[in-house]
Amino acid sequence: MSTPAHTVPAGGFRPITSIVASVPAANIDTDQIVPARFLKITDSAGLGEHAFEDFRRNPDGSPRADFALNRPDRTGAAILIAGDNFGCGSSREHAPWALKGAGIRAVVSTSFADIFRGNALKNGIIPVVLGAADCAALHALGNSDTQVTVDLAAETITWPGGSAQFRIDPFARTCLLQGVDELGYILKHEPAITAFEQARAAAGGKA
Amino acid sequence: MSTATAPRTLFEKIWDSHVVASEPGAPTLLYIDLQLVHEVTSPQAFSGLRRRGLSVRRPDRTVATVDHSIPTLATAVPDALAAAQIATLEKNATDAGIRLFGTKSHDQGVVHVLGPEQGFTRPGMTIVCGDSHTSTHGAFGALAFGIGTSEVEHVLATQCLLQQRPKTAEVRIEGTLQKGVTAKDVILALLAKIGVGGGTGYVFEYTGSTVRNFTMEERMTLCNMSIEGGARAGMVAPDDVTFAYLAERGIDKTELDASVKIWHTLRTDPGARYDHTITLEVSDLAPMVTFGTNPGMGVQVTGRIPDPEHVSEPAGKSTLKNALQYMGLTPGQAVQGQPIQVVFIGSCTNGRISDLRAAASVFKGRSVAKGVRVLVVPGSRAVKRQAEAEGLDRIFLESGAEWREPGCSMCIAMNGDEVAAGDYAVSTSNRNFEGRQGRGSRTFLASPLTAAASAVTGTLTDVRSLA
Repeated sequence: MSTPAHTVPAGGFRPITSIVASVPAANIDTDQIVPARFLKITDSAGLGEHAFEDFRRNPDGSPRADFALNRPDRTGAAILIAGDNFGCGSSREHAPWALKGAGIRAVVSTSFADIFRGNALKNGIIPVVLGAADCAALHALGNSDTQVTVDLAAETITWPGGSAQFRIDPFARTCLLQGVDELGYILKHEPAITAFEQARAAAGGKA
Repeated sequence: MSTATAPRTLFEKIWDSHVVASEPGAPTLLYIDLQLVHEVTSPQAFSGLRRRGLSVRRPDRTVATVDHSIPTLATAVPDALAAAQIATLEKNATDAGIRLFGTKSHDQGVVHVLGPEQGFTRPGMTIVCGDSHTSTHGAFGALAFGIGTSEVEHVLATQCLLQQRPKTAEVRIEGTLQKGVTAKDVILALLAKIGVGGGTGYVFEYTGSTVRNFTMEERMTLCNMSIEGGARAGMVAPDDVTFAYLAERGIDKTELDASVKIWHTLRTDPGARYDHTITLEVSDLAPMVTFGTNPGMGVQVTGRIPDPEHVSEPAGKSTLKNALQYMGLTPGQAVQGQPIQVVFIGSCTNGRISDLRAAASVFKGRSVAKGVRVLVVPGSRAVKRQAEAEGLDRIFLESGAEWREPGCSMCIAMNGDEVAAGDYAVSTSNRNFEGRQGRGSRTFLASPLTAAASAVTGTLTDVRSLA
């Protein structure tokens, strides 16, 4: 059985090194990342081919040659350099499922919407927040074969012309680096959850 | 001063009373009072539970409905994919003992219409759903926010969620609205002011005279679109308006009276500090419409389409330019008079009875303009029944509008209710993203009054100009 797209593989998270794809538009919402018409599924497989569907294909289904992820020279790009406020809008986790299916493992932007950021981390996609100048430098690599490395352990992104630090929520980072499963962590608190419910019932509320 | 007596905001009171555990180096483990589930974002969560051999911890704190992918024509059947999704939800809910408002339910409805109307949404609760418009329920003084499917699974399994504590912002709205100007116009004005990322990282608490004078349904419209500003939650402190609404939900009187005593304490204490304050004066506000491809691109209907050449910042200039290109609009053109082809009245933003009454007040005695298609989609079967009891359906049908079954419909365009590529729609929903209402669709977000006025003229119209 294949690994479901929405579980983080155990065994840690190694640095990601690849060329980059640049999608510079600001405020790319999760409807752009994967349109709603592809959400009529009951699993998380097969969304990769619809990542950025309406940027990627013309209405007749033919590919748009100018879109970054369609270009032959971007094959293998695992790092997406995006515009400001990436992932706003709908809470659909299908957005990171689609990105992951398309081979994206890190997204760089000046800012991310809150729900997308959480969903991305749960799927092993690193939301890298950088300043505008560093983002601009990385967008400029969108036509080159320059390799960029995102190192979650060191919280650094490095490229031949420069490097920058970024910050990931320490808990999410630890989960990814150590292969810790969040639900497993919550389940360990079962006694506290039960105690909370009992305390409420004792206070006269609904348990 | 001890922390127990330190003044706290409404948000802090709800947050503090739901902390189950708080370990160094980890987010807070927060207890969730109510989870709402629907067919699109829950199947993978239930599958995840089965893979782990877990069951739903609190089916009694979970409510399920179908809304996103169901057809809104009584005679239509869902396509095979939607049918599988609906059947999956119905089976998952039934197997787990979760209360289900399924396709055969008398009271099925759009999740954020149904929750409040059926009395599930209460002040002081923590409420989540795999849907970003969960912010709607904050209108009751609840902490309510959208989550991803992994988190849906966490809550199904444990009734808890790991959450980083957000920052708080007071959004103070003052002034008396002019006739023809609504809660929808207020939230669109706020979004135009702060932009789609202006609330990222914050929970909004809406305060001020305008909000106090709003009905519950108006407060729901306001809170609903908090997420469009990036704020995961928006809330309004409960008051007598809230309690009167809840008294009509069939809640046991003794239970309600006891609860109201507690709910009275759910307000921000004098001297409590917010991390940020935003103010909005709305006395001079005209009806708002969006002109671009995100909900923050809004103008007064009496105004003109902005000119990218007047934007100095390069990124903003190109964003506006691209939006106008997609929308096919000319910088400087008047908003009023722009031809439209479709009008959608419905959604979790504006699909409640007061919204339908407002739209009907415009349609009454008027006809939909030639060449315009109008869909009126009630937010729930209860809303539909009420509208039909009041004869609103007759008004819509006689004017030439279509009267549909409840669902998300053309707001998300998953169920076949779509706007054709290149067509313009005036929509009472919440998102005008590229392709949101169908590939190539071009959306003007507006209030039910503006949508109805535009339907009868065939162009974007200031409802106040109708004779």
